[in-house]
Amino acid sequence: MLLRVGHIFKSIFLFYYDGFRSMTIGKKLWTIILIKLFIMFIVLKIFFFPDFLKTNFSTDSQRSDYVLDQLTKTK
Amino acid sequence: MLGNVDLTLVDWSRAQFALTAIYHWFFVPLTLGLSFLIAIMETIYVRTGNEEWKKITKFWMKLFGINFAIGIATGIILEFEFGTNWSNYSWLVGDIFGAPLAIEGILAFFIESTFIAIMFFGWNKVSKKYHLASTWLVAFGSNLSALWILVANSWMQSPVGMHFNPETARSEMLNIWDVILSPVAENKFLHTITSAYVLASLFVICVSSWYIYKKRDLLFAKRSIVISAVFGLIAALFVAITGDGSAYAVAQKQPMKLAAMEGLYQGQKGADLILFGVLRSDAQQDKTDNFLFKIGAPKMLSILGYRSGDAYVPGIKDLVDGNKQENIMSTAEKMDRGKIALAALRSYKEFRKMNDKAKADSSLVVFNQYSQYMGYGYFDKPSDVVPNVPLTFYSFRIMIILGVFFILLLMVILFYAVRNKLESKRILLFFSILSFPLAFIASQAGWIVTEVGRQPWVIQDLMPTSVATTHISSTSVMTTFFLFAVLFTVLLIAEIKIMINQIKSGPKGGDNV
Repeated sequence: MLLRVGHIFKSIFLFYYDGFRSMTIGKKLWTIILIKLFIMFIVLKIFFFPDFLKTNFSTDSQRSDYVLDQLTKTK
Repeated sequence: MLGNVDLTLVDWSRAQFALTAIYHWFFVPLTLGLSFLIAIMETIYVRTGNEEWKKITKFWMKLFGINFAIGIATGIILEFEFGTNWSNYSWLVGDIFGAPLAIEGILAFFIESTFIAIMFFGWNKVSKKYHLASTWLVAFGSNLSALWILVANSWMQSPVGMHFNPETARSEMLNIWDVILSPVAENKFLHTITSAYVLASLFVICVSSWYIYKKRDLLFAKRSIVISAVFGLIAALFVAITGDGSAYAVAQKQPMKLAAMEGLYQGQKGADLILFGVLRSDAQQDKTDNFLFKIGAPKMLSILGYRSGDAYVPGIKDLVDGNKQENIMSTAEKMDRGKIALAALRSYKEFRKMNDKAKADSSLVVFNQYSQYMGYGYFDKPSDVVPNVPLTFYSFRIMIILGVFFILLLMVILFYAVRNKLESKRILLFFSILSFPLAFIASQAGWIVTEVGRQPWVIQDLMPTSVATTHISSTSVMTTFFLFAVLFTVLLIAEIKIMINQIKSGPKGGDNV
């Protein structure tokens, strides 16, 4: 049973390994994807796009109160 | 009440969201449509065993892969913006959007990511039928992902199946089926995906026409054109049918948007549908004639919007000033009721804090009585509810005119393609090459009608756009606007460059992706 499971994982690994190895244009595309994901999740998300309510409040009750204040604010 | 809103911040937040959505939409429709075209081509290959079809499938699959790779995760930025720039909105819709977006994420990740690997790496490693099934699953998976996003967008245009909870300041879902199966959602989904199929078909036709124009890869190009012209024509007819359904839904749920789409300032019975027209620059609701020039289809707007040639179609003036004869409440009246709702919500919140249950309950009764007008309570003057009429009007015309052009073009292309006479039709080939950028213009114009036409609402009648924003510095939004502009432009240039190189190499340019 264990051997069979191991064989399946090995087949899956080889499937992806061969696929990635024989890529031509795909290598360039993966480079673009990785750079893009780095810029999005490491640079933009962390430094420019913090979740406002998650960052500034610790409980849902505080977040509700804040949004209710915003919704009912008068001049 | 909107006097305390920083309009610069709202405008920059809107501009940023529009920029991100427009760029994202450069990649999505091609993915949605090409995935099905590839699946159809591969099906022909599996059924006939003809290696030429395998070559055709693999070439378009390669272009699909480029588009998919460059476009992947561009939509995630929209979610970043929700949390940072639109926190009031995000909180309010969290319960409604949570389920559809989570399903979207799971489907996108598991179905697309798993089967897309088999689609690209699995040639000669899995059986033909298993590979074909994977290709179809990628097509269904990507289109199913679009369903959930479009359901979420439709809910903003017509918020159904929910209840606003004044304790948590959240809209809570009462019935997911009401949300998924609302007429607005059904029409929007079908209209959007079929328009994506037309766009993808025109992409295949554009590239194939270029090959024919250059007198190269002729068999490949002709076969690709026949398949995509049939697929595109069927899709284009569905676009027209679902467009009619969308217009009907807009008339019922967003009459102001319909009035803006038609430049209809004063309502009328048996209203004409404007086919061509030029609005006066000083058009306004009190003038009887706001067009420099127009050609209309008699009574068509009444028929399209209300299924009756004599139906009254309310104009902008009716919707702002009200029309007792037609039973249309004025915006001023709605604003008064909205202000009562907001005052009651404020009192409810304060009495709850003071633990005065009796007074909180009585405030809640008042709030519930007027809550359907809550959003109107934020406006300073009735004219605030009018969207940008010229932009909505002209975008709608561009979309319709191009849509009709595509149907005619696809019919002519198919006619000559099945008679094997495309090579001699140089002008037709020129228009076929031109049709692809035009398809993007039509697609983006459609979104402008949807999103600009529904302003000033982010959620129809419940939340104006200006109330949805987070109180952050407009400078930071400006900074990220330009960051995105640069990032997306680089990605788009990269895609175009890689795509053009692959197209130039042609179907003989190597098998692997």
